[in-house]
Amino acid sequence: MRATHKSLAMGLAALSLLAVSACGGEDGGTGGGGETQEVEVFTWWAEGSEKEGLDALVEVFTSQNPDFEFVNGAVAGGAGSDAKNVLASRLQTNDPPATFQAHAGAELTDYIEAGQIEGLSAMYEEKGWNELFPEGLLERLEQDGEIYSVPSNIHRANVVWANTAVLEEAGLDPKASYASLDEWIAALEKVEAAGKIPLSVATDWTQVHLLETVLLADLGAEAYSGLWDGSTDWAGEDVTAALEDYQTLMGFTNTDRQSLDWQDATQLVIDGEAAFNVMGDWAEAAFATSEKTYDTDYVAFPVPGTDGVFDFLADSFTMPVGSPNGEGTEAWLDTVASAEGQEAFNKAKGSIPANIEAETADFGPYQQTAIESWANDEIVSSVAHGAAASVSWLTDITSAVAKFGSNDDVTELQEGLVAAAEKHASS
Amino acid sequence: MSSTVPASATTPDAPHTPAKSRKSPGRRPSRSWAAPLLLISPTLLVLGVFVYGLIAANLNTSFQDRHTRAESQGYVWFENYAALFSDDTFMYSLRNLLLYTGAFLLGTLVLGFLWAWLLEKGVRGESLFRAVYLFPMAVSFIASGVVWRWLLNNAEGDRSSGLNRLFGDLGLTWLQNPWWTHERWGIVAIAVPAIWQLSGYVMALFLAGFRGIPEELREAGRMDGCNEWQLYRHVLFPQLSPVALSAIIIIGHMSLKVFDLIMAIAGQTNYTTQVPATQMWVEFTRGDYAKSAAIGTVLLVIVAVLIVPYLVATYRQERRR
Repeated sequence: MRATHKSLAMGLAALSLLAVSACGGEDGGTGGGGETQEVEVFTWWAEGSEKEGLDALVEVFTSQNPDFEFVNGAVAGGAGSDAKNVLASRLQTNDPPATFQAHAGAELTDYIEAGQIEGLSAMYEEKGWNELFPEGLLERLEQDGEIYSVPSNIHRANVVWANTAVLEEAGLDPKASYASLDEWIAALEKVEAAGKIPLSVATDWTQVHLLETVLLADLGAEAYSGLWDGSTDWAGEDVTAALEDYQTLMGFTNTDRQSLDWQDATQLVIDGEAAFNVMGDWAEAAFATSEKTYDTDYVAFPVPGTDGVFDFLADSFTMPVGSPNGEGTEAWLDTVASAEGQEAFNKAKGSIPANIEAETADFGPYQQTAIESWANDEIVSSVAHGAAASVSWLTDITSAVAKFGSNDDVTELQEGLVAAAEKHASS
Repeated sequence: MSSTVPASATTPDAPHTPAKSRKSPGRRPSRSWAAPLLLISPTLLVLGVFVYGLIAANLNTSFQDRHTRAESQGYVWFENYAALFSDDTFMYSLRNLLLYTGAFLLGTLVLGFLWAWLLEKGVRGESLFRAVYLFPMAVSFIASGVVWRWLLNNAEGDRSSGLNRLFGDLGLTWLQNPWWTHERWGIVAIAVPAIWQLSGYVMALFLAGFRGIPEELREAGRMDGCNEWQLYRHVLFPQLSPVALSAIIIIGHMSLKVFDLIMAIAGQTNYTTQVPATQMWVEFTRGDYAKSAAIGTVLLVIVAVLIVPYLVATYRQERRR
């Protein structure tokens, strides 16, 4: 009998322990809700030039809005994919941050369809933001007549970075410009003969990035944009020709590409092991950190065949439905849109301001060329960075490209791309 | 019937136990299990919600038309599974999983047995070797994956590093290979670090098995004129088979769930190392919840096919005792 009592008591004790710990968990989870002056900004900018940019932006925000308190909700890892998973579950459980980072354009589709972010067109009208941003950009931000985010910066994706010393060694003129991919391929052959890596590339997403610029070069801006709205046929012969060019280019790349990320591939050019690298202009920061001088140690030019076209991507901030602090979100978006905020952010991050009123005289020499192109070139949307197609479509494109990386089969690559387009273009 | 008789005969107090319980009042059994039930109820509750409840929720999701982050579009039942099994990439990842598991099992069992056998033979410094072989198990797959990512770098020639560099320096250039980026056999390269990490564990299992075989059995075998091979074949191996089975189950179910090692070495998008678990992650990341839930269910079924017969057999064995 006594033993039974004892074990009963122990059982009760165990139960109550569980109950206590459960309560503790709940308290911790819901603390900080309700009315607050905190503005939680959710990003994946946790290190490097991205972190520096965010810090600079926060500085402007706190000086403009001393009443609000900035809370850094950055989630690191997986080039943003980890952050997106965390964000998705928070949005589903109606626990949104005050604002979150997303690539401007088609990447927002999922959030819009799920009714998770607010339309901002009225706010654009009211605050006069329509005058702050170029028209071409506003068109690309718009989905079904409504704008859903405020762009903080502009990056250019169709840029080739080259090491001048390696080019000279291979008997090439570093200042040469290549009118087409074919001319460029001839130059790549020379580099190969000189025993260097002609074109460095890294893991799957950088291959998608390369493919996108090849499509842009061979199809031209209009047909390239048509790939995303259904007016260009993915199964067409011109796409096949572009994919064959892509195959040729991949033949000039380093064999260990799967083990590398973009920094490593760019580093190969910086270190003089490779001649060329196709990467977005965030690579500029990598050259700057290695204390290389633009135009002497390295050159940058649009991917051959894409001169006069600006393959753009932009980061932007949103207003989630049910934001815990609507005024705070608005204040943050105000700072993001402002010339002051964009100057501080972009100078640190190495991108260029989306706001045309921002003062850019003291930006670096590469950025000056990008600013000029941004003002004059035709603008198209990057797919590898979420501007042209939804996340889901990009996932299918990436897996087709990854498969091509291992089997080198152009027909299968095109079939994969066609299937991806059929699956997603309708929606 | 015949099997139960010797079983009860071997336990000397078996006849006493029923006699005792007959003496005690009839109410007592019901009272004595109330307390244990209360004790295990927290576990039951937590398991019920967080394991079985979530399995049910996962199954429920896999039956729905829910391929974006938006709300579900209703039930499609087995359509997601049909789509999955007609998807080339999924079949490729299943094939990869099979190859990986085969290589992992074979590698750990052969190496683990060999090491255990050598130690059992009485190698000097046994405790040192035991520790050396067991240590890798203490490292997480993610941590060792980061190192193996470098060791298994697929660059050949001048730019090679890791193992390919070693082969190059030793003049064994014909051994240089693309490792995990090979389309057909790449996945087997992922098994190399896994084998390195868990062979020591299998060795420990086999060593315990060897030590558990009474010396008298060997003596009896030798008395009956066994040579060394016959001794192993007819006396030791049968005694070791339960150990081997445990090893297969433990390594096998770990292998089927492989995810962290691949994420650390090759990343989630790499084609040649796709397995269901990485594919499930990719689908989840893009918001295709129904498809990733369906992959999860398939994975659960595959593991269950391996584990459940083992659990049933163990349960039966224990009841017989």
